[in-house]
Amino acid sequence: MTKWRVKVSSHNAPSAANLASAEHIRNNPKFKELVAKRNAFAWTLSVIMLAIYFGFILIIAFNKAWLGTLLSSAGVTTIGFPIGVGVILSAIALTGIYVYRANGEFDEMNRQIIEESR
Amino acid sequence: MKMTKTAIASTLAFGGMALLATAALAAGADMGNAQKQETNWHAIIMFVIFVGATLGITYWAAGRTKTAADFYAAGGGITGFQNGLAIAGDYMSAASFLGISALVYGSGYDGLIFSVGWLVGWPIILFLIAERLRNLGKYTFADVCGYRLARTPIRTFAATGSLIVVIFYLIGQMVGAGQLIKLLFGMDYLYAVIVVGALMMIYVTFGGMVATTWVQIIKACLLLGGATFIALGVMYNFGFSFEKLFVKAIEVHPKKVAIMAPGALVTNPVDAISLGMALMFGTAGLPHILMRFFTVPDAREARKSVFYATGFIGYFYILTFIIGFGAITLVATNPEYLAKGLGSLDLKGGNNMAAVWLAHAIGGNLFLGFISAVAFATILAVVSGLTLAGASAISHDLYASVIMHGQATEGKEVTVSKISSIALGIVAVLLGLIFEKQNVAFIVALTFSVAASANFPVLILSMFWGGLTTRGAVLGGMIGLLMSVIMVVLSKAVWVQSFGFKEALFPFAYPALFSVPAAFFFSWLFSIMDNSPQAQAERAAYEAQSIRSETGLGAEGAASH
Repeated sequence: MTKWRVKVSSHNAPSAANLASAEHIRNNPKFKELVAKRNAFAWTLSVIMLAIYFGFILIIAFNKAWLGTLLSSAGVTTIGFPIGVGVILSAIALTGIYVYRANGEFDEMNRQIIEESR
Repeated sequence: MKMTKTAIASTLAFGGMALLATAALAAGADMGNAQKQETNWHAIIMFVIFVGATLGITYWAAGRTKTAADFYAAGGGITGFQNGLAIAGDYMSAASFLGISALVYGSGYDGLIFSVGWLVGWPIILFLIAERLRNLGKYTFADVCGYRLARTPIRTFAATGSLIVVIFYLIGQMVGAGQLIKLLFGMDYLYAVIVVGALMMIYVTFGGMVATTWVQIIKACLLLGGATFIALGVMYNFGFSFEKLFVKAIEVHPKKVAIMAPGALVTNPVDAISLGMALMFGTAGLPHILMRFFTVPDAREARKSVFYATGFIGYFYILTFIIGFGAITLVATNPEYLAKGLGSLDLKGGNNMAAVWLAHAIGGNLFLGFISAVAFATILAVVSGLTLAGASAISHDLYASVIMHGQATEGKEVTVSKISSIALGIVAVLLGLIFEKQNVAFIVALTFSVAASANFPVLILSMFWGGLTTRGAVLGGMIGLLMSVIMVVLSKAVWVQSFGFKEALFPFAYPALFSVPAAFFFSWLFSIMDNSPQAQAERAAYEAQSIRSETGLGAEGAASH
């Protein structure tokens, strides 16, 4: 096998200042807290989205007649419509929730971590 | 009848929701030609205005495109809101617009299943990918995979995955564009494909990412505005009551009440889940989409762009649903639009014309021309994004990193990228001509499956798993790539419909359910089996990578702090 170089393109080479900052960040408990919190939040929301979507797909795959249930006996609208549109709206809502917390709380923590590292 | 079927098949095939639909709708239909319509002057005049405006923007953008960062990433100066619109413009193809409305028009509820599938990849991109991509990468997603892995093999692999996706997606868009323009503008297929190819080369070569972004933003606004107007027109006719709209649609539609629930399009659970995986994870592995995240200044704006994009795309899919039902009630009741008179759903020019005839029913000839021009603009925006992504894979990944070992000058790299854009444009036109009469229905399955099975697993693992080594990534990714290509070739769409064999060797329509887990598994397996010094160094480099990926420390063009 040919010898593959580990060091990648030049833009990845960190400056000395960055290396020192990285060292500081590595030891900053706030960094561990940020990563743990943000990852837990991101994965939780991902699992919720996957569950909603594949739940929808599985209903279609295994019990599509249920989606044809009428919302009210007087009308023609079926339960499938609010559910389908609900999946779309839930995708928008979940992204909104993530951005709100990530651009607020998490970015503030991140700012402090970077600040403390210099 | 044959005409209608083939027109459905051709447009469905090129950008979007063919997927399960093709099996049901295109079964037995050859990919003949959509019928050339009378020259549509309203549409042509409005299209000329659009082209004039975008060429003006390209001229302006060319003056602002000096460095490689300008060319590939618009200098990182796009805001989250603008980028959200551009992403929506990049993602909403003419197939989503005409194809999903046609699907709803023909089958009712089933159309919604596809709309939902096209959307749900976006939250996953936001939660897991967007900010890490922005923090680690520069111009292409291979920057991220190659952050701590060996340059030559990983870049070669990522560029291959990108180019396969880009070229096949381009073929689909070109064939669809040719058929669609023939239909909407009354222009010959040959000229239609050449006009699309020439314009996309001009946008990308002269204006780079700046021009591409603005073409996508303008297109997104036109498409969202046009679709909103049609949907409002429909709802106005029914006193803004969905119940009244549905009652009328059930009365008109030959399938009657069956249009209110899922029907024949999704029958096999394996296909349903496999389709879901291909759509969801494939979206997160499309190189032209991932590339858009490098145009914003930092992770914060990258996140915002996904929020706006998800909002716009989701809103748009809800509109296409109203448009489809609107077409059942307002188009299928008017003999003027029907090929075989009242009582049949068959439309003049094929069922993909549902949204277009609805536009006519609501806003007359002028609005019909506007919507036709928007459909053309839509194709241009999508192919420009694809061309730029393909050109960057060639210039940034293959030329600058692999061939020149990172020693290429910035100017040379951009020159190579421009040459690649022209080459890709020529290749796209030629393939568009070669594939004119071919069945391209498999192309959507192929592009999304390759994106989900090759690009997505390697990208995710390189960001989240420190144990990933170059050997694991390349071998695992190649296995996902080969499996998805082979399974698509052996599936009914290609093996039976293109090659004419009797039985499909792979019984399902989409390989993602098998190829995506396989790519993850083999990347993991070959990584843990790899104990070379190289692999140890790569594992050790993960901590530094994760600091940059989580905090943005040292990220390219990050906001000043």
